Amino acid sequence: MTVGNTTTQRPADATATGAAVEIDQVAVRFRTKKKDVTALRDVSLRIEPGEFVSIVGASGCGKSTLLKLVSGLLRPSSGQVRLHGEDVRGPRRDIGYVFQRAALLEWRTARKNILLQAEMRRLPKAQVRQRVDELIEMTGLTGFEDAYPNELSGGMQQRVALCRALLHRPPVLLMDEPFGALDALTREQMNVELRRIWRETGTTVLLVTHSIAEAVYLANRVIVMTPRPGTVAEVIDVDLPVERDYGKTMSEPEFARATGRIRDLLGATTTAE
Amino acid sequence: MAAQSAIEQREPTAPARTPAPAARRPGRTGGGLLRFVQHTWRPAAVLAAIFVVWWAVTAAGLVKPYLVPSPGTTLDVVLAQIGYFAHHTWITTYETIFGFAIAIVVGVLSAVVMVYSPTVEKSLYPLLLFAQVIPKIAIAPLFIVWLGFGLTPKVVVAVLMAFFPIVISTVTGLKSIDPEMLQLSATMGAGPGQTFRKIRFPAALPHLFAGLKVAATMAVTGAVVGEFVGANEGLGYVILQANGNLDTPTLFAGLLIMSLLGVVLFVVVELLEYFVLPWHASRRTDAATTSL
Ligand SMILES: Nc1ncnc2c1ncn2[C@@H]1O[C@H](COP(=O)(O)OP(=O)(O)OP(=O)(O)O)[C@@H](O)[C@H]1O
Ligand SMILES: [Mg+2]
Repeated sequence: MTVGNTTTQRPADATATGAAVEIDQVAVRFRTKKKDVTALRDVSLRIEPGEFVSIVGASGCGKSTLLKLVSGLLRPSSGQVRLHGEDVRGPRRDIGYVFQRAALLEWRTARKNILLQAEMRRLPKAQVRQRVDELIEMTGLTGFEDAYPNELSGGMQQRVALCRALLHRPPVLLMDEPFGALDALTREQMNVELRRIWRETGTTVLLVTHSIAEAVYLANRVIVMTPRPGTVAEVIDVDLPVERDYGKTMSEPEFARATGRIRDLLGATTTAE
Repeated sequence: MAAQSAIEQREPTAPARTPAPAARRPGRTGGGLLRFVQHTWRPAAVLAAIFVVWWAVTAAGLVKPYLVPSPGTTLDVVLAQIGYFAHHTWITTYETIFGFAIAIVVGVLSAVVMVYSPTVEKSLYPLLLFAQVIPKIAIAPLFIVWLGFGLTPKVVVAVLMAFFPIVISTVTGLKSIDPEMLQLSATMGAGPGQTFRKIRFPAALPHLFAGLKVAATMAVTGAVVGEFVGANEGLGYVILQANGNLDTPTLFAGLLIMSLLGVVLFVVVELLEYFVLPWHASRRTDAATTSL
């Protein structure tokens, strides 16, 4: 068992190919009228295709910024970001993005909100229809296809957003605290579902979360970040079996070790500030 | 195994899924009209009360009939000259609607250009503000000089009056879009045109309608101001004539019809909003909030 694997400064290997996401010595500075904020500094990461990676860290440490970098919604001040070996220069469409808030269009029903993805990408209608039904079934939204966002619970809205992000079968799924607004029970259910969806689709997932248990239960690796300016404090390998029954996983010693280590790191980094 | 437990985990929410959500949706079909009536009977009652007071005051002889005519006299005047009033009402309606329509097209288009081009916005804003603050009654004579005695100058004044609230509300609406929505659109590979049609413009509609309601009443005022300055038809002309002849019943009739015109136009816009934006929060009557 590899304990506390410190892959933080994994040498940036320019010739290495096949990585889903590569982040190379990236720094992000925001310049506003009042002051300059360094959101990220010296971040290097390599994520293999099909990996499930969780990102945890204090509020404001640059987790959302990291996801925006990968999706191309934000350009790094220095360093490089590559997606499937290609330099990220502008917004990428070969990803699925689930935002911190559900970000649904109020005037569209659940189904129409999911279909927005298809309309924007001009995907053939017939083929998409079946896919939408599948996703609705899979996320347990059956019976609410024609409900408007204001008629859905927060959890249901998040599930609609998840369906929308999965519709085009993206090779990389970026999720920014997707379950932050949910109650504990719904959150557990969503975790189990997400884990199952990930196993069925083989998508590479980057998940930002504030829940240490969620991070460990879902991921192969957990990236722990330092407070602002954010950088990678440590990458924790989660040595749990692929089959993860929710309750059973929680009681495994490895689960306790990983969560304990993350808690230590987060505690240590917050008191350091 | 994992899939199995996932299904079990989801089961507890199943009963909540059964009721058809369609049953809880208000204001989308015929029920909407009923609700509209429910909302309008109160102002209608207040209006009726004012008429009763008006009638009572004149019937009791508290004011001289040549200062304030009774509702009956006013109505008689209208009925006696129904053709005359119909013609002039039509003229003002025509100018108002024409002006309103032009104001919508020009207003929305300039708002869109201004939102997408900061340069245009910076150069156009002072001009817009200038056009708004300049008293219309003062420049209306100029339009008569430039554009003649016909309907055109009245339409122009109506446009000028209605234009400003439409531009301001559309600009506000288009700008108040959640940046995350635009980012979402970018990750979907949508072009600017698609983003505008499917996200930005629909999201701006509640603001736009707020502006339209103000603009509708402004358009009526604009048309009448235009008529005041120089016209031989229209309600403004009727009022001016009646005033000159100290013919208060006709004056009152003209005023009433004019106000009615503004109210009708306003209600038409409200109804339109009601059917175009059934999803909007101000139109929503949730079961929990209706009793408040
Ligand atoms: N557009 C921006 N302009 C200026 N500063 C920004 C901008 N976006 C983010 N920041 C700053 O960068 C830092 C990191 O922000 P980010 O949103 O990535 O944090 P986060 O880790 O996602 O926090 P949270 O957990 O609260 O969502 C913050 O200090 C924030 O103030
Ligand atoms: Mg964030």
